[in-house]
Amino acid sequence: MDMRTRHYTPQPAATPVAAPITLGAADLALIEAIQRGLPLVSRPYAAVAARLGCGEEEVIRRIAALQQAGIIKRLGVVVRHRELGYGANAMVVWDVPDEEVAELGRCLSGFEFVTLCYRRPRRLPQWPYNLFCMIHGRDREAVMEKFRLMIESCGLETIPKAVLFSRRRFKQRGALYRPSAVAPATRADPIVEGSC
Amino acid sequence: MLEPLDRAIINRLQGEFPLCEEPYAQVAEELGTSEAELIARLQRLLDDKILSRFGPMYHAERLGGGLTLAALAVPEERFEAVAAQVNAFAEVAHNYQRDHHLNMWFVLATETPQRINEVIGEIERLTGLTVFNMPKEQEFYIGLRFDA
Repeated sequence: MDMRTRHYTPQPAATPVAAPITLGAADLALIEAIQRGLPLVSRPYAAVAARLGCGEEEVIRRIAALQQAGIIKRLGVVVRHRELGYGANAMVVWDVPDEEVAELGRCLSGFEFVTLCYRRPRRLPQWPYNLFCMIHGRDREAVMEKFRLMIESCGLETIPKAVLFSRRRFKQRGALYRPSAVAPATRADPIVEGSC
Repeated sequence: MLEPLDRAIINRLQGEFPLCEEPYAQVAEELGTSEAELIARLQRLLDDKILSRFGPMYHAERLGGGLTLAALAVPEERFEAVAAQVNAFAEVAHNYQRDHHLNMWFVLATETPQRINEVIGEIERLTGLTVFNMPKEQEFYIGLRFDA
């Protein structure tokens, strides 16, 4: 059997839930071991397994289970958009009537150039906006064109809105976790059984 | 400058990375290159900071952690000093200056949900400024994807 064709295809992540999922000590060790990146070697999962003192197959199985559980949202590259030539990024915010947020959120998140779309609380009087989208573009004019397209397509002409271009990026490291800090009570039942 | 193969690699690896024994070899085959070439280029893209990371993106809340977006209105003349104070917290994942009265926007990622409020309190004490905390209430799914 050609080992390379042995896939462990993850199922799509379940609908988001607020509650944390119970993790075993082995899952926590794995989460910590790979959070800074996968090893750039021919058999990366075997390298991780060697570090954790378990089998390659078990590492693969656990990663697949963590993906299914929605704990790993994605396994892949994290790009630095400016370095990729996306010189402008804007946070586009809207003050949408509460009862229309869901519908407009779905409309706005449908554009391929929208990379994040969240509902967040208003902070009155300083901050009246409750729907946030990130847009990236080659330059500011490209971003503004996309902004106008969103307004037209989703019927947002009369909705109060603002475009907050970023001027400088001070820090972009991504989140790091020390999952061993998760409450011990939640560690009893691993989502994947195993000795690793 | 990025070569076409670099772009192809970035675009391919924003999707799912295979869970098999030799995943780089599999992706290399899909892209019509060799495993060694793929690994070398990935290493260079990371070294050159085109990529910030290659690995898992975790769902902070499901890991039992805290995550929020917060903003400050920083007086222009204090901006550098306040940025240094805020960025000194390990929990600050990124921080952007933006064109608005609320001109500093940063993401906090903490080990526990409680820690969010502690960090916000510490930042307010240090800077004397009000932190506007705007945690996500609902996410409209898209997936982060850039055409390289």
